[in-house]
Amino acid sequence: MTIAIIDYGMGNLHSVAKAIEHVSPDERVTITRDARAIKGASRVVLPGQGAIRDCMGELERTELTGLVKELLADASKPLLGICVGQQMLMDKSEENGGVRCLGYLPGRVTRFDDTALDEQGQRLKVPHMGWNRVHQHHMHPLWEGIPTGERFYFVHSYFVQADDDAHALGYIDYAGSRAHVATGRDAVFAVQFHPEKSADAGLRLLANFVAWSP
Amino acid sequence: MTLAKRIIPCLDVDRGRVVKGVNFLGIRDAGDPVEVARRYNEQNADEITFLDITASHEARGTTLDMVSRIAGEVFIPLTVGGGIRSCENIRALLNAGADKVSINTAAVTNPDFVYEASQRFGSQCIVVAIDAKRVSEDGDTPRWEIFTHGGRRSTGLDAVAWSRKMVEYGAGELLVTSMDRDGTREGFDLGVTRAISDAVSVPVIASGGVGNLDHLAAGVKEGGADAVLAASIFHFGEYTIEQAKQHMAAQGIEMRL
Repeated sequence: MTIAIIDYGMGNLHSVAKAIEHVSPDERVTITRDARAIKGASRVVLPGQGAIRDCMGELERTELTGLVKELLADASKPLLGICVGQQMLMDKSEENGGVRCLGYLPGRVTRFDDTALDEQGQRLKVPHMGWNRVHQHHMHPLWEGIPTGERFYFVHSYFVQADDDAHALGYIDYAGSRAHVATGRDAVFAVQFHPEKSADAGLRLLANFVAWSP
Repeated sequence: MTLAKRIIPCLDVDRGRVVKGVNFLGIRDAGDPVEVARRYNEQNADEITFLDITASHEARGTTLDMVSRIAGEVFIPLTVGGGIRSCENIRALLNAGADKVSINTAAVTNPDFVYEASQRFGSQCIVVAIDAKRVSEDGDTPRWEIFTHGGRRSTGLDAVAWSRKMVEYGAGELLVTSMDRDGTREGFDLGVTRAISDAVSVPVIASGGVGNLDHLAAGVKEGGADAVLAASIFHFGEYTIEQAKQHMAAQGIEMRL
């Protein structure tokens, strides 16, 4: 069993690899951009960090866009999207003046309002950075053993809104918006937060991913 | 509002060992960084910051090795600051397992570096350290300026205007340290924390001067900080992070307990 972390040049892949190795010492975790290795893996992680135009651009430049679309269409191999890797699954993002994404889930990616105030009249900061409560909107095997409302670590300015309620698996409310911070269907589960940096709850989610047979 | 305010213990490291500077002078040894990081993680720290004070260039490899060992065991965000001058420095630290880097002097000497780094690695991992010292007389409108070299050298830059500029250049977070208060245990300079927090859209970490748990709470409630950073009060076992969180939560501050 090999878990492939897709390395298209964007993001801190080592933290993800180390966290997965920590929860599943028996699996082989590989950071790769080799199409054969990714196709041959039993599970795939699609990370992403930075600007979405750069992420989509680098995926294209490393000739992995087609392969990722194939994996998504295949619907049998578990795939975990993280951070911008979650946003990339949507139709489009309004970041960088508008970027077309992978179109796996209908919906969009928009920016938090950085003029919103909290109850004490303090400005809500963007990026949304830190530990927030994730409400589980639908049951899912990846939520197993994790209570709804558990805190995960976030750092992002843009967020996903899925058109189809069935694809919205978890959410937070921040700066006047409801952000779908966990989305997916079939063999795909994608999160805006960083499970690899979310202490025990994050490690549990990664362990659930490794054990998941959709 | 459900986003928790963060508590960040800060460790000074020299050649891969934890030390603690008091007013940037007089250094006491306080243990192995992996052990200390593990202990803070068990106490529910929200992040950990390492300030690398290794003077010699050659010995800096020890920091990368240290970050890598910690990142393999402690699964919360890690920030590394101190002596970061190039995108190569940043890349090496991120590859070793750091999540954010804190840029200090290099931001002052070359602000374009902040822009370049945030473009290349994303604002989410670029923290800019704001070392501010009060320059106004008592009774006058308060004013702070940016100081370098551990608070000894003035740059003449207005701290609030400089903070705004750093956010425009791509800083994703600001670490605001009062050079007047650092090491004094008299509490944060709440004035400069508040002034900067109100002026920028990104999160602000208050730093410098924590002597008790009320100081931490004041940093959030009066200073408007999104996170509070402290070293010695946690370092020598005076308080645990857990106690600090309970204390802040009891004052109505949203915490991750």
